[in-house]
Amino acid sequence: MNKVIACIDGSSAADAVCDYAAWAAARLSAPLTLLHVLDQSRYPVENDLSGKLGVDAREHLLSELAELDIRRNKLALEQGALMLEEARQRVVASGIAAPVVRQRHGHLLDSLAELEDDTRLLVIGKQGEEHSDSVHVGDNVERLVRALHRPILIALGEFKPPQVVMLAFNSSEITRKGVELLANSPLFKGLRGHLVSVGKDAEALKKDMAWAEKTIREAGHDIQCTVLDGEIEPALHDYQQAHNVDMVVMGAYGHSRLREFFVGSTTNNMIKNATVPHLLLR
Amino acid sequence: MAMTHSLGDTWFSNIRGDVLAGTVVALALIPEAIAFSIIAGVDPKVGLYASFCIAVVSAFAGGRPGMISAATGAMALLMVTLVKEHGLQYLMAATVLTGVIQIFAGLFKLGSLMRFVSRSVVTGFVNALAILIFMAQLPELIDVTWHVYAMTAGGLGIIYLFPLVNKTLPSPLICIVVLTAISLYLGLDIRTVGDMGELPDTLPIFLIPDIPLNMETLAIIFPVSVTMAAVGLLESMMTATIVDDLTDTDSNKNRECAGQGLSNISAGFLGGMAGCAMIGQSVINVKSGGRTRLSTLVAGVFLLILVVFLDKWVSMIPMAALVAVMIMVSIGTFSWESLVNLSKHPTSSSVVMVATVITTVFTHNLALGVGVGVVLSALFYANKVGRIFYVTVDDGDDNNHRIYKVVGQVFYTSATQFAESFDYKEAVSKVTIDLDRAHFWDLTAIDALDKVIIKLRREGTDVEVIGLNEASSTLVDKFAVHDKSDAVDKMMGGH
Repeated sequence: MNKVIACIDGSSAADAVCDYAAWAAARLSAPLTLLHVLDQSRYPVENDLSGKLGVDAREHLLSELAELDIRRNKLALEQGALMLEEARQRVVASGIAAPVVRQRHGHLLDSLAELEDDTRLLVIGKQGEEHSDSVHVGDNVERLVRALHRPILIALGEFKPPQVVMLAFNSSEITRKGVELLANSPLFKGLRGHLVSVGKDAEALKKDMAWAEKTIREAGHDIQCTVLDGEIEPALHDYQQAHNVDMVVMGAYGHSRLREFFVGSTTNNMIKNATVPHLLLR
Repeated sequence: MAMTHSLGDTWFSNIRGDVLAGTVVALALIPEAIAFSIIAGVDPKVGLYASFCIAVVSAFAGGRPGMISAATGAMALLMVTLVKEHGLQYLMAATVLTGVIQIFAGLFKLGSLMRFVSRSVVTGFVNALAILIFMAQLPELIDVTWHVYAMTAGGLGIIYLFPLVNKTLPSPLICIVVLTAISLYLGLDIRTVGDMGELPDTLPIFLIPDIPLNMETLAIIFPVSVTMAAVGLLESMMTATIVDDLTDTDSNKNRECAGQGLSNISAGFLGGMAGCAMIGQSVINVKSGGRTRLSTLVAGVFLLILVVFLDKWVSMIPMAALVAVMIMVSIGTFSWESLVNLSKHPTSSSVVMVATVITTVFTHNLALGVGVGVVLSALFYANKVGRIFYVTVDDGDDNNHRIYKVVGQVFYTSATQFAESFDYKEAVSKVTIDLDRAHFWDLTAIDALDKVIIKLRREGTDVEVIGLNEASSTLVDKFAVHDKSDAVDKMMGGH
C-alpha cells in the first residue's frame, strides 16, 4: 500500500494526471506507477445481420473476430505504449527518477482492483477518452470511486502546485479521516488549509469543527474554519473560487444509492463543476 | 472478477448491436421453435412459448451474456416418446423437473465436469446434432409434390445468396417472406405451419401441469428429465465455451447451470417444453453484433410479440420455407472441417468423434452419444499414458546385484507390463527397484508391486525399493502387503 498509480489514457486529462501524480509521488516520496489499461469491451462491435449460418460458421466467425482483435489490439498496444512513453517523459521531467510503466489487458476496474493492495493514491482524469465535453463526468469515474477503497485524486486543468487546500467537512467518519489526513499527510505539508462545512449551524457540527481545527493546528498547520449556509455544492464552489482554493478534499458517495437516485449525487455534481483537482476519500 | 462488472457492462454496453442482433435472432428463432415443436410432436405454440420464456429468463439468470437459449432440437428429440405415450401435461411436468435437476447441478458445481468431455466428443456432439436436425426435416420432403422441392431449393438459394447483395436484412426472413408470398399468390396446396398445430394467440399464462402427483408419474418423467437435464447442460456448457472463445471473454458456468434450470422451470409452468442453449443461434447472435444479456432478452421478447401479433401470417408460412431454414441451421451446425480432419487427426480422436455421432444418430439420445465418447476418450487416454512406461536393468557393482529402474505411470493398464519387466529366473542375491521416476496410481499397480517383490523374495533374493514418491508411498503404506510382516502368507492366502 505504498504506490501512487496514475491512469493514463488518450484523453485530454492525461497531462494533468501525469503532473498531479508526479507532484503527489514526490510529496509522499512514494514510487509512481503509470498504468494504461487496454479495455476490449470499449471497442465497437461489428455486425453482419444476414442471420445466415454458412459452412463451418463457428470456425469462420472465430477467425474473423480473432483477426479483428489482433489488428485492434496491436494498434491499441502501440498507441498505449506511445501514451505511456510520453507520460513517462513528462513525469521524469518533473523530477520523478524511475516511474514504473505498466500496460494491462482487461477491465479498467478489474486491473485497478488487482493493484488495490499496493495503492496509496490513485490519480485519474475527470473523464475518459470517449468524452470531449467538459461538464460530463466519465462513467468510469463513479464506478471506480465506488469500487475502490483508496483515496482517488481527480486531476484536471493546467497543473499548478497546490497552495491552498479546502476540506469539505460534514462530521461523517470519512471526512474525519480527511481531517487526520490534512493534519498528518506529507501531501499537504506547508499548504494553507480551509475547513469548510455547510449546514444550519447545528451545535454538533460546531463541536466537531472545533475538534477538527484543534487536530489540524496541533499538527502545525495553518487552518481557517468556516460554516457556510445554503445548498452544499454551490456554497462550496463559491467558497473555493473566492479563496483561490486549488485542491478540494472531500468524502465521496456517502449517501445511499437510493437517495442519490432521487436527489442526485453531491459527489457527481461537485466533480461535474470542478475547476480544480478533487481528492475523493472513501 | 465478476463482482466488479456492473449492470452497465452486462446489459447496456452495446445497446445498438444487441437490439439489432436480438431482432435477427428472434426472427431466426421462430422457424426453429416451430420445427422443434414438430420434432417433439407438440403444437408449435409449445415451442414458441418455451423459446420466449427460456430466452427471457436466461437473459437474467444465465451465466454467459450474449448466449441464446430457447427450445432446441437436442431436447426435442429426447421428449418424443414421452409426448407420444403420455401427452403434453407430462412433458411440462418433466420440463419443470429437468429445471430442478439442473439447479441442483449448478449448486453442486457439476459444470466443472465438462472438463471430461474432450474436443472430439464436442465435435461429435455438434455433428450428430446437425445430422439429427437434418433428418427431422426429411418427413416434410418425402411423398410431396415437386412444388415443395422447388420451394425448398429456392429458399436455400435465397438464404445463401441474398447476403451477397445485402447484409442488413436477415436472409432466412427474406426466404420465409418470399416463399410465403409465392405460395399465397399461386394458391399452392402445400403444407403450412398452420397445419402443424396451434399457434400462440395470447401471452403465455401460468399453469400447473395437470398430472397425478404420485410415484408412478415420477417414474415416468424422471428418466426423461435426467437425460434432458444432462443434454441441456452439455449443450449449454459447449455453447458457453464457444461464445467465450468467440468473444474472448469469460462466463460463469455454474451460474449458467442454475440459469438453465430456472429457465426450464419457468417454461414448464408457462406451457412450454424444455430447452437449452443453442449453438447455431448463439453464433448468429455474436455474428450479428450481440454481446450482452440485452441481446438475449430482446430476442425472447421480440419473438413473442411477433408470434402473438402475426399469428395469422405465421400460420401461412409453407413448411418448405421452414425446412430450408432448418437445413441451413443443420449445415451451419455441422463441423465440415472435422471431415477433413478425420484423416489428419490421431485415429483415436477420430474414433471418439465418429462413435459419438453414430451412437447419437441411432439412439436419438445425445447423452448416450456423449457417454460413449467420454468413455472411449478415457480408455484411449489410459492406453496412451500406460504406454509411456519402461524398465531398465543395471548390473550394479557386482554380478550378484540387479538394479531395475522403473520410469512412467504404473496403473491398471501398465501394471502387467510392470510385473513382466523383471527376470525372476536370474539367480541374484539382491535386487534394487528404483522407483524415482515412476508413479503408482491405483490398487492394481500396488498389487503388481507386491507380486513382483514377493516373487523375487521367494527365489531367495533380497529386495530393496528406493525412490518411491510421496503419493505412491501413501498408497503402498496403506494397501501393499510386501512391506508388512507375514506378507507371503497373506499374499498366498489371497490366491
